[in-house]
Parts: sequence; structure tokens; C-alpha cells
Amino acid sequence: MTTLTEFLGMGGYGAFIWPSYGISAVVLILLVAFSLRRLHRIEADLIPLEQNRKTRRQNKSTKEGAAS
Amino acid sequence: MGSFFSLLKRDIQLAVRQGSAFTMTLSFFVIAVTLFPLGVGPELSILARISPGVLWVGALLACLLTLDRMFQADFEDGSLDQLMLGSMPLEIMVLAKISAHWLTSVFPLILITPILALSLNMPGEGIGAMILALLLGSPVLSLIGAIGAALTVGMRRGGVLLSLLVLPLYIPVLIFGVAAVEAAIAVLPVGPHLLLLSGLSLGALVLCPLAAAAGLRLAVD
Amino acid sequence: MAIDLHKFANPARFLRITAVIFPWAAALTLLLLGIGLYFALFVSPEDYQQGNTVRIMFVHVPAAWMSMSVYSMMAISAAVGLIWKHPVADLSAKAAAPIGACFTFLALVTGSLWGQPMWGTFWVWDARLTSMLILFFLYLGYMAIWESYDDPSKAAKAAAILVLVGAINVPVIKFSVDWWNTLHQPASVATMDGPKIHSSILTPLLIMGTAYMSLFVTVFIIRVKAEILNRRLRMMRLVQLED
Repeated sequence: MTTLTEFLGMGGYGAFIWPSYGISAVVLILLVAFSLRRLHRIEADLIPLEQNRKTRRQNKSTKEGAAS
Repeated sequence: MGSFFSLLKRDIQLAVRQGSAFTMTLSFFVIAVTLFPLGVGPELSILARISPGVLWVGALLACLLTLDRMFQADFEDGSLDQLMLGSMPLEIMVLAKISAHWLTSVFPLILITPILALSLNMPGEGIGAMILALLLGSPVLSLIGAIGAALTVGMRRGGVLLSLLVLPLYIPVLIFGVAAVEAAIAVLPVGPHLLLLSGLSLGALVLCPLAAAAGLRLAVD
Repeated sequence: MAIDLHKFANPARFLRITAVIFPWAAALTLLLLGIGLYFALFVSPEDYQQGNTVRIMFVHVPAAWMSMSVYSMMAISAAVGLIWKHPVADLSAKAAAPIGACFTFLALVTGSLWGQPMWGTFWVWDARLTSMLILFFLYLGYMAIWESYDDPSKAAKAAAILVLVGAINVPVIKFSVDWWNTLHQPASVATMDGPKIHSSILTPLLIMGTAYMSLFVTVFIIRVKAEILNRRLRMMRLVQLED
């Protein structure tokens, strides 16, 4: 147990070392999370549009097929 | 060249007839500088110590006030499109606008600076250097400001963005300008600082019209 | 439709290449962060002058490195986008900016957390700190200008002009700030250069530096992909409106 407290104390500098590691972790994790969330949201928005386009194309080609 | 001067003359005449730009920037400058003794306290030695910085920062902020109007008025009434269709190269046109801005809203600040410097108890050696430094360095303010003004032209709330874009780029002028005055007060050679300021001005004179013209082309297409 | 396909030709290839790189970059990031943190917190010794605070360096210095290199990368891709009208270049500068801003922010915060025990104050107007702060403002300005244009192609050009002007100005600002600082308070940062870098400290530092780099690559791929798909989304919505 003493070793753990010693480790966390960091020779009296723990109050500066752990916040700096902590804030780095928080900021970088948030950066990754927000980037991923944005990507997923855009991908989700794209799906119906892509399907829409596909069906429209099929409609067009069947119409053209019917015309010829 | 003729068209350069006619545009310059037109802009100056417009500013003189409106009159508000002159008085607004001047009174802003005076008020902003007056606030410092009120905030810091009336002790003369402290005022003398901070006077170069206060005057430079005041001039910098006062210059920002009119920057967003540099192209805005012409953009709104359509004369900017007309000017861009004309035979004059856009860069020259931008340079004329920049010169007009400097003459109408920065030059008056320089004229009033000695009085404000005296009120801040700046030593006599510093005042001459202050004027020289402002004359040599302040063109950079208008030149770099033109880039920001061109990029934010046509935006509804461009003024705030403009200051965010432009102020970090003003830092070298501020540092060298203040250093020149402090060197003069400490009876050290002022020449190198003034040369650096002129160098900044000349560099900005070459690059900024190009960038500002590119920015304007974007706004007008 | 023909114009459409041409426009997407390049981004499509970009997406294909990055799809291959992405899992490797993500795995490398996790691996290196694991090793680097282990070395930084357990293996590397205390510094004889700074004690344990030297461990802050392992998150501070890589962030500072990245903040500079991301800005240079943005300037290069902005130039490429402006000159050759490369469709991915503008988007990659845009995607990199928030990452660079995060690294700059981290460098500033961890720097001041390091400054408090070492210099006795959270902030000194030291040349490096000041120029870092200015760099942070430049990032914010760049991101703000992207937000304030409605038309993305105009925003791309405006942002490119801004980042290039900033890139020309950054050395001048750096020089002026260095010079300003040495004039006012000479040699206040001697502790910064004091300890010589020993391999026991250099190794974890380099590992953490590489980890940050590959973290950048990972996030960068995610963000560029989002930008490319976002542009596609905009175009498809326009097409749908036209029909």
C-alpha cells in the first residue's frame, strides 16, 4: 500500500503530474470521440440518400429499357 | 497610376465628408489611453514606464475599429464590383484603399500621440522615437488589416472575426514599436528598431496587397 | 453526373488508401501509448534537478512538437489546395486544425502545470509560452473562418489565404517574441535547458512522440473521411433538391 501512495505522490509533485496526464487523456479522448461521432452521424445521414439514388437509377434504367 | 490617386482622393474625400470616422477613432484612442491611468493609478513613474505600450496598444485597437469598413461600404453599394471590372489591377486598387485607410484613420492618431504621451509622463526622449516608430510601423497595421478586411467582407458580423484574425499578426509591430521607444528613453541606439519596423512595413507592402486582393476576389465572385 | 464522378475520383482513392492504413495506425497508437506511458511513469528515473516533475515532459513535449508540425502540415496542404486545386488538400487542412488546436492547448496546460513546481508560477511570459499562445490563437482564427462562410469552396480559399499569411508571419512572430523576452528577463528559463537529456529519458520521450504522431494520423483519417463524406452529403442533398 505504501508503494502505491508513494507512486501516486510522485515525490510531492503528484498534484501537478497527475492533472497534466489526466487533462491530456481527457482532451485526446474527447477529440477522438467527437471526431468519431461526427463521422458516424454523417455516415448515417448518407445511407438514405444513397439508397434513394440507387432506386432512382434503377427506375430510370427500367424506363429506358421499356422505351427501347 | 492616375487611377490609383483618383481612388485615393475619392476615399479620403468620402471620409472627410462623413467626418465620423476621424472623430470616432480619435476619441476612441484618447478615451482608451485615458482609461489606463484610471485603472493603474496616477503614479507618474508607473505611467512613464507603461506609456509606450499603452500608446501602441491604443493605436492598434483604434486602427481595428475602422478596418471592417475598408471594403465593406464599397461592397454594399456595388462600387467594389465596378472597381474590380475596371482596368486597374486589383492589387493596386487594394493598395489605394489601404493608403486611404492609413491616411484617414491611423495618421490622425499619430498627430495626437505627443499630447497623450505628455499626459502619460513619457520622457521627452521617448516622444520623438514614438512618433517615428508609429510613422514607420503603423503602415503594417493597415496592410495586414486589409487581409482581414478582405476575408471578412460581406459577413454580417465580420468585425469580431476580423480582430481574432488580425490581432495575433500585429504582435511583431507592437514588440518592435515599444522596444524602439524604450530604447530611446534608455538613451540606447534607436536605429536598429526603426530599421526592423521599416523592414516589416516593406515586407507587408509587398505581400499584403496580394493576399488581400485574393481575398476580395473570393468575396465578389 | 460526369462532373460528379470526376470530383470524387481522388477522394475515393484517398478513402481506399486510408482504409488500409487506419487499423494499423490505431493499433500502433494504442501500443505505443501503452509502452510510452509504462516507460514514462515507471521505468524512467527521476531527474536530479526536477525530481518527478520531469515526467510531465512526456506529455508536454510531444504535444508541443505536434502543435508546430500540424500547423506546417496545414500550411503545405493549404498551398497545395490553392495552387493545384487538389480536392482533398483543403479538406485535410480543415480536418487537421482542431487536432492541432487540441495539441497546442495541451502543450500550454501541461506546460503551466510543469511551471508551477519548477518556476513557482503557472504562467511566465516566456518566449516559448507566448509564441505557443499566439499559435493557439492562429488555430482558433483558422477554425473560425471555416465556420463563417456558407459556401465551403470559398471558405476553403479564405482559410488557405489566412493559414499561408500566418505561416509567413509565424517565424517573424517567433523571432520578435524571443527577442522581446531576452530584452525583458534574461535567462529565466535556464531550468528548461538545464538537464541534459539522457537516454533513459529520451527513449520514452521518443516513444511518446511517435505515439502522438500516430494518434494524429488516426484522428486525421477519421476527420478527413468525415469531411469527404460531408461534402458528398451536401452534393447529394443538392441533387435531390434539383429533382
